[in-house]
Amino acid sequence: MIIAERKLFEQIWESIKDRKSVLILGCGTCVSVCQSGGEKEVGLLASELRMKSKLEGKEIKIEEATIERQCDKEFFDSIKDKAKEYDAILSMACGAGVQFSAEVLEPVVVIPALNTRFIGVTMDEGIWAERCRACGNCVLRDYGGICPITICAKSLVNGPCGGSKNGKCEASQEKDCAWVLIYNRLKKQNRLDELRRWAPLKDYTTQTHPGRYVNEAYRKPELEAKNVK
Amino acid sequence: MSNSKLKQAFDSGKFVVTAEAGPLKGTEVDEMAEIAGVLKGKVDAVNVTDQQSSVMRLGSMVICHLLKDWGLEPIFQLTCRDRNRIALQSDLLSAWVLGVENCVALTGDLPSSGDHPQAKPVYDLDSVQLLQVIRNLNEGHDMAGNELKGKPDFFAGAVVNPGADTEAAYELQLMKLEKKIAAGARFFQTQAIFNPDTFARFMKRVEQYKIPVLAGVIPLKSAGMARFMNKNVAGINVPEPMISRMTKAEDKTKAGIELCAELIKSLKGMCQGVHIMAIGWEKKVPDILDVAGLT
Repeated sequence: MIIAERKLFEQIWESIKDRKSVLILGCGTCVSVCQSGGEKEVGLLASELRMKSKLEGKEIKIEEATIERQCDKEFFDSIKDKAKEYDAILSMACGAGVQFSAEVLEPVVVIPALNTRFIGVTMDEGIWAERCRACGNCVLRDYGGICPITICAKSLVNGPCGGSKNGKCEASQEKDCAWVLIYNRLKKQNRLDELRRWAPLKDYTTQTHPGRYVNEAYRKPELEAKNVK
Repeated sequence: MSNSKLKQAFDSGKFVVTAEAGPLKGTEVDEMAEIAGVLKGKVDAVNVTDQQSSVMRLGSMVICHLLKDWGLEPIFQLTCRDRNRIALQSDLLSAWVLGVENCVALTGDLPSSGDHPQAKPVYDLDSVQLLQVIRNLNEGHDMAGNELKGKPDFFAGAVVNPGADTEAAYELQLMKLEKKIAAGARFFQTQAIFNPDTFARFMKRVEQYKIPVLAGVIPLKSAGMARFMNKNVAGINVPEPMISRMTKAEDKTKAGIELCAELIKSLKGMCQGVHIMAIGWEKKVPDILDVAGLT
């Protein structure tokens, strides 16, 4: 899922303090699971902002809503009309959700409340870790299911740098050296010989931005729709 | 065609000595000229670091060029940290035009360890791929297969860390060394060695490749420096007796030079040369070589 964390309260306050009415819009999917932008977090941020505006002597109408997903048009139906009544929407979705909200709700101003961090997994209660950099060319088969692009701080694909110490990364003693993990996993799988293979050059054409993907089954109708004059 | 004096030195079978020198921050090159003056005739080549420890400085290429002018044999270090494949290839061609005939391909420390920690880490290529690129350029074409109008003939080297501390890291260093040789590395320089036994164990594994190895050495300046490196630098393990000799020494400089010279003597029979990373003590390199009996 997409992992995001809330911006500093002061930054959020700065971005909405001159507004008259703000709708805090939560997202019920990834950021809800990683406890940064779901219904509960919307409620918490709303209370904090209400208190702050009172303390600052400002009259800002702060209201709450959470939709299932801010990255799918259909879920905006319930708040589309309501959104127009506000001076700004404070979106608690990931960057994709914030942008899509601004697109769907145009011309309403949409302001982000979160910083999107990475695609990751839940390690423990309240702890998430990155597991994919969305490089567009998955190499996990070759590395025992451990991604050197993501887990190695230098994204090295042909073996480690010289900075591995106690099985940890030179960047931080809190981070495992991806290559030590890969070696140990492949050893258990009796596949160490596969590490001798040369990794192909990275191809950044799969990372041309903005990314776009059309499911094969929908390609024809999409082309036809484009050709309709 | 290559006239690499470094290659000639290896070919001659002599015990090769290279010294590392790091450019300073800014346009000041007088200090480097002084170092060059001291090292001239004493070492086979001077290896110029590329934004060492990710600290922004004057570039390796221009210092290599100046060294050449000053009559020394330069080795152009080039890391994958700051340049994508277009810039790396272009810099290699530029260095060749400036008269640089040797290079060493490295991964490069992370920007987070330097003085511009917010910088984007590039690592478009890794050191194995960079060596392949150097070979491609030597053969007259770029990575895309386009023909070059005029080609270099670099004598390319690589690095290896014989002190990797886990089975995984150690075996992977050797696997990567094998890939680097296949990719075109013609010599290796190692992370700093302090324990001849560690180096002997490593050389036993590497002998089969019949490739020249320069054992890396760092002269100790103090016991504190040794402890700092033991704690913070991957692959460095200064033995306790060495540290206590530094602690007890009245003349630390003399002791540091002696220890380094003794180490070189004990490594000499195992490898093809030594790579002295003096880290600020570049002008003391001739003293170290004197005591080591290499003059």
